[in-house]
Amino acid sequence: METILLKNIQNPNSADITEYKKAGGYASIRKALGMEPQQVIDEVKKAGLRGRGGAGFPVAMKWTFASADPKFPKYLLCNADEGEPGTFKDRPILEKNPHLLIEGMVISGHALKAEYGYIYLRGEYPAAKHILNAAIKQAYDNNLLGENILGKGITFHLSVHQGAGAYICGEETALIESLEGDKGQPRIKPPFPVNVGVFSKPTVVNNVETLSNLPYIIAVGGEAYAKIGTPDCPGPKIFCVSGHVEKPGVYELPMGTRLKDIIYTHCGGIKGGKKLKAVIPGGISTPVLPPDKIDCAMDFVNMPKNGSMLGSGAVIVMDESVCLVKVCHRALKFFEHESCGKCSPCREGTGWLRAILGRIENGEGMEGDIDTMLAVSANMLGKTFCPLGDGAASVVQNFIKHFRPEFEEHIRAKKCVVNG
Amino acid sequence: MFSSAAIQEIEEIRTKYPNARAALLPALYVAQREFGWLSRKAYVAVAEQLGVPTATVRGVATFYAMYKQKPMGRHLIQLCTNVSCMLLGAERLVDFLKTKYGLEPGGISSDGRFSLVIMECIGACGTAPAMLVNDDFHENLTEKNLQDILEKYA
Repeated sequence: METILLKNIQNPNSADITEYKKAGGYASIRKALGMEPQQVIDEVKKAGLRGRGGAGFPVAMKWTFASADPKFPKYLLCNADEGEPGTFKDRPILEKNPHLLIEGMVISGHALKAEYGYIYLRGEYPAAKHILNAAIKQAYDNNLLGENILGKGITFHLSVHQGAGAYICGEETALIESLEGDKGQPRIKPPFPVNVGVFSKPTVVNNVETLSNLPYIIAVGGEAYAKIGTPDCPGPKIFCVSGHVEKPGVYELPMGTRLKDIIYTHCGGIKGGKKLKAVIPGGISTPVLPPDKIDCAMDFVNMPKNGSMLGSGAVIVMDESVCLVKVCHRALKFFEHESCGKCSPCREGTGWLRAILGRIENGEGMEGDIDTMLAVSANMLGKTFCPLGDGAASVVQNFIKHFRPEFEEHIRAKKCVVNG
Repeated sequence: MFSSAAIQEIEEIRTKYPNARAALLPALYVAQREFGWLSRKAYVAVAEQLGVPTATVRGVATFYAMYKQKPMGRHLIQLCTNVSCMLLGAERLVDFLKTKYGLEPGGISSDGRFSLVIMECIGACGTAPAMLVNDDFHENLTEKNLQDILEKYA
């Protein structure tokens, strides 16, 4: 498949506007700005584009809500707070293909009649900040950002807003709070950001990868785009694979590529010819899968049927040498650290789950610990402001569901049964 | 107080937002660069520059992991130990930093050369284990190349 999102990134100067234009870049802006905003939304609808941040929400629907709101100004926020552990799919776009994102944002801004955009960039990507700022300056200098873009009478201003190391700011209402200069704690919904978002104005928050699809959709049209991938989830998807595979890295493949093929065909199989033990398919918040569940299409529709989620497409592969109690414990340490503290089921639940997993790992587990963890998880699921708490609870539930004997043996033996 | 260059930088940042409060996160980055870390003096400077109460500035800053709440070494090592890095040996690197440089997570080396902060995923999972030293990514780390890399930071 020709690459669309990671096009040209082998070129060492791919982040430069001249190289981007040479490869056909910024042709779609001209085309899109000649279209009515509603026509742009219609093309995206025909394309069937779904948000790539993890939830898979139809982009055209989100845009229609924000577009229909009579309040102005409207804002377009790019969620570049890529923090889901295992995820490094947006980083190549930000560092190597920044003009693709900028072009996508101008097109989206036009569709939304938004004149202001911000890229909320995670603090952990300092190189990307410099690259994006340089690319934005080039775009301003070339009249591709700012007032009266390409003489079409359209205005769009764009700047980078750097986060400061809070995973929760990837949640869109927390991101908005953070952009407004506050602690990144999620807001209760409704109202939704499409009506009351940043600075109390209609706001669309889209992921880096989502926005980067726009130039191609405009170039080839929604119908042609929808032929890539699966009918329910069209388009290309960047999968980022880490852990015990021969060739970890980013792979741009059609949506719906089978998980098994990603691991064995594209990534060369399990490192050192070892046996596969478990796969986390979509970033650490998504349910873990045992080896007999990996022959499944990776998309927003099929993964839930298979007992997990596509999430961010971050595949973490674990071989037979891995202690899953330890992995689960590390995951919960993460959730406890990143819980924003606003709602008690998450704030308390993540701490208790981490503590119980910690004592099991340290050989101090007690009979009944597994049931206690399941009870704590059940009291978190669906009871928190935002999906962070759900993620933490379902991680524990699914590790226990698929690998309960390993947890039980750990408790009984009072030590690690995998690595002694 | 801020230097005049810093004041100018913050004022330029302010123009990107419809209100001064939204410039708080970027202003805190300027402050920690100017003062080295977010001391009481730094909080007061940000508060006065943006017209936001000092308590609010501090309340927001302490929410975020990357604002420095204490003095740091000359070079900041941000080492990831989340799952992808852990699977490929990040814990051995933590031990190595302890024995070789006397660095504890959250601590500073006795010569003031390095500070170590343990990170929750820095987006380098495909080239794990990984760390940032100041603004530079270093990936595919082993004990051996970790030492070679750190030698370059005097």
